[in-house]
Amino acid sequence: MHEIIEFLGVSKRFGDVSVFDRLDLDISTGRTTALVGASGSGKSTLLQMINGVLVPDGGRVEVFGSPLPEGRLAAFRRRIGYAVQGTGLFPHLRIDANIGLLGKLEGWSDAKLADRIVELTELMGLAPELTRRYPHELSGGQQQRVGICRAMLLRPEILLLDEPFSGVDPLTRDEIHERFAELMRAEPVTVVLVTHDLQEAMRLASELVVLDDGRVLQADAVRKVVERPATEGVARLFERLQ
Amino acid sequence: MIPGGPRRESRRIRRKTAAPETADRLALGHGRCGCRSLEPRRSSRARRLAARLRQGVRHGIAGAAIAGLCAALLGPLASAQQPLVVGSKTFAESYILAEIMAQLLEAEGYEVDRRFGFGGTLVTFEALQAGAIDVYPEYSGTMQHTILSSGADFGSEAFAAEVESLGLDTLQTFGLNNSYALTVRGATAQRLGLATISDLVDHPELRFGVSHEFHERSDGWPGISEAYGLPQTSFGIEHGLAYRAMLEGDLDVTDAYLTDGDLIRYDFVILEDDLSFFPSYFALPLVRQTMQPQVKAILNRLGGTLSDARMRELNAEVSIERRTFADVAGEFLRERGLVADAADPRPTSTLAADLIDNTIVHLKLTGIAVAAACVLGVGLALAVHRSRPLSRGVLYATGLLQTIPSIALLALMIPLFGIGQVPAIIALFLYSLLPIVRNTITALITVDPLLKRVAAGMGLSQSEQLRHVHLPLALPHLLAGLRIAAVISIGTATLAAFIGAGGLGEPIVTGLALNDTTLILQGAIPAAGLALAAELGFELIERRFVPAHMMASRLPT
Repeated sequence: MHEIIEFLGVSKRFGDVSVFDRLDLDISTGRTTALVGASGSGKSTLLQMINGVLVPDGGRVEVFGSPLPEGRLAAFRRRIGYAVQGTGLFPHLRIDANIGLLGKLEGWSDAKLADRIVELTELMGLAPELTRRYPHELSGGQQQRVGICRAMLLRPEILLLDEPFSGVDPLTRDEIHERFAELMRAEPVTVVLVTHDLQEAMRLASELVVLDDGRVLQADAVRKVVERPATEGVARLFERLQ
Repeated sequence: MIPGGPRRESRRIRRKTAAPETADRLALGHGRCGCRSLEPRRSSRARRLAARLRQGVRHGIAGAAIAGLCAALLGPLASAQQPLVVGSKTFAESYILAEIMAQLLEAEGYEVDRRFGFGGTLVTFEALQAGAIDVYPEYSGTMQHTILSSGADFGSEAFAAEVESLGLDTLQTFGLNNSYALTVRGATAQRLGLATISDLVDHPELRFGVSHEFHERSDGWPGISEAYGLPQTSFGIEHGLAYRAMLEGDLDVTDAYLTDGDLIRYDFVILEDDLSFFPSYFALPLVRQTMQPQVKAILNRLGGTLSDARMRELNAEVSIERRTFADVAGEFLRERGLVADAADPRPTSTLAADLIDNTIVHLKLTGIAVAAACVLGVGLALAVHRSRPLSRGVLYATGLLQTIPSIALLALMIPLFGIGQVPAIIALFLYSLLPIVRNTITALITVDPLLKRVAAGMGLSQSEQLRHVHLPLALPHLLAGLRIAAVISIGTATLAAFIGAGGLGEPIVTGLALNDTTLILQGAIPAAGLALAAELGFELIERRFVPAHMMASRLPT
C-alpha cells in the first residue's frame, strides 16, 4: 500500500453547515501533498481530521493503515508533526524548550535533546543564540522556522503543515521555502501542506488536491493539474489564486 | 483626645470595615454608648436578617460543607473551654466592667479566659448563646430594644420569661444607668440655676445642638422636646464637635451619656431627667443559665457597687488618664473590698512581645486560610474549567460568599464554630476562595485556543497539556488571584478580633474603644506592613516562575 492517509466516505458538519459530504481521498506515502483552495473550502478541516483534532461525523479516516486509535491519541500524534499558521509557539517557553518539549516528555537525555535541536536549527538556518530567546523576541519568519523544527523533533512519519509560511514578506518566504526543501531532503517525510498560495504549492509539493466548497475538484501530480485542469472550476480557481 | 469618644468609635469601625449598611446593622449598631445608633424597630429588622442568614448557613447554603471540611482539618486548633470565659463589647465601659468581673472571679480562684472586644451586641450575644463565652456586661435598655423580640420592660415578668427562654440569666445590676442625658456647661448651669431638664423651659434663648441620631430618634430630641414642652429648636451636629462648640460658647445644650468620662474632663453638668423620659440602661452581667450558682453568687456581689458618677470616673481614668483596664478594674475592686490588696493579677506584657504575638497569630490566621483556599480553589478551578455551566456555578457560589459583609460572615461563623481562631480562619478561607477560583478559571478558559489545539495536536496527553501549557499560561493570573486573596485576608483578619481570634485587630479594636490612636496604629501599621510584605513576596514568586514578558503585575509601558 502506498496510501499512508485515507479518507473513506468522510462527512463533517459544523452545526448546520456541512463541510464535507462522503469525501474519499488518498494521500501517498513519501510525497508532499498540497491541499489548495480558497478560504472556506475545507482544507484546514481536512488536515485536522488526520491527527484527530477534529473528528468526522461520518465515514472514517485511516492513518498508517488503521483507524485513529481512540484511547491512545497522544502517542499516535507523536508520529505526526504539526505546525500551524501563526506558529502556535508557547509564549512561556524559550525557543529550545518549545522545540524540545516532546523530547523531554519522551524522556530524552539532555545531550540527545541538545544535539537534535542543534541539528534542526542549523538545517532551518536559525542562529544558535536565538534558542535562548522567547518566541516574542523573534521575527515572524524566525518563529515559522522554529515551528517547523518543533514539528520535526521526533522524526515523525507524517508532517502536517497548516499554512505555516503565510504572513511574511516574499523574500523571507522564499528563503524559508529553500530551508524547508533542504530539511525535506535531509529528512524525507510524508507532508500534507495546506495553503492558499499556489506558488508555494507548486514550489514545495509534488501532489495537488484542489478543494472547493468541500469537494475535491482534482487530485493529481502538480504538473498535470496545472497543465490540464480537470474542470472549468479548477481553471477558474487557479486564475483566482494566482 | 476628642470628646464624645464612643460615638466616634462606631463611626470609625464602620469606615474601617467599609462594609455595607447591613453589616453595621448586624454587628455594630446596638452597643451601648455610641453604638446605640438604631431605632428599636430597625434593630429587630436587622435581627431578623441576621437570624435568616444564620439559618441559611445552618441549612448548608454558602459553602457550609466546605466550611465543615475545613473545621475538620483545623479541629486541633479549637481550644478547650475549661476556664470561665468573660466577654466584652468594643467600648471602654464594656471592657472595664468585663475586667472587673474577670479579676473578681480570678481572686476567687477561678481560671478566666478574657475574650474582649466583640464586634457589637449581636456578635457578643451570639457568642454567649453559642456557649463561646459565659458572661458579658449588657444593658437593660439594649436587651429590651435590641435583643428581646417582645420589647418588654426591664424588671417585668415578660422580660424575665423571655430571657429564660433564651437559656440566659440576668444577674444583679452593677448600679450604673448609662442612659441618655442633656448636658450644659457648669458655668451656664450656675448662672441660670439649671438643675433639671424642666428648668430649660424658662430659657428659650439657649442654643441646642445634638448628635445626628439623637436629633432623629423618637426617644431623642423629638420626644423630649414634646414631653417637656421645650420652646427651643435644635440642629444635628457631630457629637465630638458639639463638645467643642460647648467649650467655645457657641452651643449651650447637647446630649450625652450619663457615664461618659469626658463629662468630668470638660466640667459639664448633667440635667436631671425629672419626668423620667429617657429609658433606663442599667448595666448587668448577662450569663448563661447553666453557669454554676456559686459563680453567679460571686458576680452578684458586684450588684449596686457602681454609681453613674463612679463609672464616669473609671471611664475617664481609662480614656483620659490612659490607665489600663486591668489597673482601673483592680483598683475599684480593692477599694470596694471585693478583693484583697494583692498585686496586679496579670503580668503586663511589653509592646514588642504583644506585637510579635499578634503578628504571629495574624500570620497564622491568614496563612492557613489562604493556603487552604489556594489548594481547594485551584483544585476546584481545574476540576470545573472544562465545563462552562459548572464554572459559572462555582463562580456564582464563591461570588455569593464575597457579598456577605466580612463582619457579618464572622458573626455567622459563631453558631457553627464558636469563637476564636477556627471560625476566623474559616471565614477568611471562604473570602479567599473567590479571587483565587475566579482568576484561575478565567485564566484557564481564556488560554489561546490555537495554543490549546497545537498542544493537543502535537501529542501532549491531557495532563501534559495542563501541566506544560495550560497551567503555565494561567500562572500569572493565578498568582495575581492569590496575591489579592492574601492582601484582602490580611486586611480582613483585623476584624477577626471582633470574634475573639486575636491578631493585629486586637490593638485596633481596643484602640477604637479608647479612642487611642497609638494603640490603633500598633495594629494598623504591622497589618499594613504584612500586606506590603505579601505583595512583595508574591512579586518575588512571580519573578521566579513567570517570564518577564508574561508578568501580570507588570504595568503596560
